[in-house]
Amino acid sequence: MMLAYLDHAATTAVRPEAQAAMVADLERLGNPSSLHAAGRDARRVVEEARESLAVNLGVRANDLIFTSGGTEGDNLAIKGMHAKRIAENPDRKYIVISEIEHHAVLDSARALAKAGTAEVVLVPVTADGVVDLDWFVTWMAANAEETSLVSIMSVNNETGVIQPVAEAHKIAAEHDVPFHTDGVQGAAWLEVPGSWMTDGSAIAISGHKIGAPVGVGALVLNQFPVAIQAHGGGQEPERRSGTLAAGLAASLAAASVAARGEREELGGRLRGLRAELERGILDTVPDSQINGSEVDRIPGTSSVSIAGLESDALLLLLDAAGVACSAGSACQSGIPQPSHVLLAQGIDPALARGSIRFSLGWTSTEDDVARGLEALPAAVERARAAYASRHGSRV
Amino acid sequence: MESSKTPKRKRVVAAMSGGVDSAVAAARAVDAGHEVVGVHLALSENSRHADPNAKSRGCCTLSDERDARRSADILGIPFYTWDMAAEFADDVLDDFVAEYASGRTPNPCMRCNEKIKFAAVLDRAKALGFDGVVTGHYARIERGTNGERELHRAVDPLKDQSYVLGVLTEDQIEGSEFPLGDTPKTQVREEAAERGLLVARKPDSYDICFIPDGDTAGFLRKHLGEEPGQILDAETGESLGEHDGAYAYTIGQRKGLGITVPTDDGSPRYVVDVDIEARTVMVGAPSLLFVDEITLENIKWAGSPVRPGFICGIQIRAHGDEYPATVTAVEPDSLSIRVDEQIRAVAKGQTLVMYDGTRVVGSGTISATGRSA
Repeated sequence: MMLAYLDHAATTAVRPEAQAAMVADLERLGNPSSLHAAGRDARRVVEEARESLAVNLGVRANDLIFTSGGTEGDNLAIKGMHAKRIAENPDRKYIVISEIEHHAVLDSARALAKAGTAEVVLVPVTADGVVDLDWFVTWMAANAEETSLVSIMSVNNETGVIQPVAEAHKIAAEHDVPFHTDGVQGAAWLEVPGSWMTDGSAIAISGHKIGAPVGVGALVLNQFPVAIQAHGGGQEPERRSGTLAAGLAASLAAASVAARGEREELGGRLRGLRAELERGILDTVPDSQINGSEVDRIPGTSSVSIAGLESDALLLLLDAAGVACSAGSACQSGIPQPSHVLLAQGIDPALARGSIRFSLGWTSTEDDVARGLEALPAAVERARAAYASRHGSRV
Repeated sequence: MESSKTPKRKRVVAAMSGGVDSAVAAARAVDAGHEVVGVHLALSENSRHADPNAKSRGCCTLSDERDARRSADILGIPFYTWDMAAEFADDVLDDFVAEYASGRTPNPCMRCNEKIKFAAVLDRAKALGFDGVVTGHYARIERGTNGERELHRAVDPLKDQSYVLGVLTEDQIEGSEFPLGDTPKTQVREEAAERGLLVARKPDSYDICFIPDGDTAGFLRKHLGEEPGQILDAETGESLGEHDGAYAYTIGQRKGLGITVPTDDGSPRYVVDVDIEARTVMVGAPSLLFVDEITLENIKWAGSPVRPGFICGIQIRAHGDEYPATVTAVEPDSLSIRVDEQIRAVAKGQTLVMYDGTRVVGSGTISATGRSA
């Protein structure tokens, strides 16, 4: 059975350019921090990757460090910056994030709150899933002095909805409050970060969402000092220790260049495929809705809520039919919780539990979409029957 | 072409706890040619956040889930975790506490079989298009004379789990497969090792899964609070000590009574009765524990109901002895049984399972006991 892979937002296929860069490095011997010739050769690979990626993102090479991925970047930016900020002024207790952040941001902020050094402030979103800038402006006008930092994601991972990070950053900058963005889902699609980033800003990106292998990411720290979270050999000075992964760095740069190179063409193609997918869903699945379809989204992501079923049952049935997608965001122990993202948009908890995400990527084809649409109606019908047998008496 | 002897290829859910038995049961279902999907049950809200380094051997912890997942990988079957925590809390946890609170001694594993594994899970599996559920319980399913399914004891008497399945109805048995019933446990472990299953040497779990430290009294105290009262001599009414909550005492219990007054001859005392309302625990000589008349409620039939006069074997606890007995009265919601000889320590709330030879006939919850002579 051919797999219809409709889960590129979870992870996408490694691009040939990234694979070539990775494989080439596997044959190289040398630690980039060693002083000898072998070390220098490896270091050169890292630094060329850093420069290439920095140019590709429109940022300064010296501001860019390599990480293990988006989660590490978000943790370092939030925990590292907050430590610096409260060391300067203990009154800066508020960490302001949106209600729809990924857990890498949400739980980093909550961990600081639990440790007693911070209070988490959640910026609400509109019914379309866009961060409420008016609310944010009002908050900053009243509380900037006591705000440690702001973190608002560039694109939501469940709905694909693009967030107004340039505007939000501007508002934060007017109050001299540092601004971080989780740029994981937007990395291949949005304007280069360099177009809006000014002093006091940071962005985290992840390799495997844009066609590099899992295990590499980058964090851009533009006049955004952080307290070191991973101590050791001092490889990325004052920011992050750990042996530099030359091949992974090179593959991340190669993937980013390739993804940005085909941004227009691929974006157009995926928008077309997604429109076909969403039209098909709305036509064949009664009581279904597309979340965030009225506002700007990245091209490949589609959040679908279907009444009267549980997403894990639907995923099981689609999986058996060879269709791969996910339930909102990847969930704890495979157990679906109603997505905090959809709840924040005001979607009813029962409907949120029946929500799945289809996401297209650079290898997606019309055939993938067709097979997804072919399998969906029967799977929905069966999942609804299962829901009725389990909850029939409770609703 | 005559193909009626070829077993029908079924789609089944294999309930996988993360232990060796359910893994081998799933493997055998795969070998039998069935389309098997592994399902691990998340039964406790806090199991997901439990310390992964904990030494306890309850079930449905994160490490159990991982073990189950790895077995499914090796068998090459899909694997999912189903969240049944809400059902488990309603039907097993709450029931467990409520039963103790009313002075009865429940068996939560049987309640889980009755309400979760062979009800909520089986129902969901069927609704999703599966034919039934496979588990690693040691019991056999045989065909009766009319082709009906019968539940029988396993061949390994030390592992036989037909007792804890005694609460299943005919319909539930119809949707269940127990591939391990014909095999001794030692052989199951060997088979697991041969199959390359990583859980081959994983220790069995014995504790109640939601009380991994085994401290049932502590668990009950937390949920029910302290209800101090007197421990009384059942014959003289003399106060022999105090307790923190009568609910924590079970008929036949000897240890941990906290009695400060010894008997004249130094012979041990046992709990012979518990009165929750009066908050008293009655203790006395072991002779007071013997009964031969038992009344049951919550009757389940594994097949056709029986009539008064039916001679059967009865078992009243997991891995307990079987005693010959006769059914003396059958009502829609209750059943009376006379045991051939007096048996000791029969607590209200326990489940009594009736056998005809190795076949499970039915079961009920013990609601009253007495002595005929």
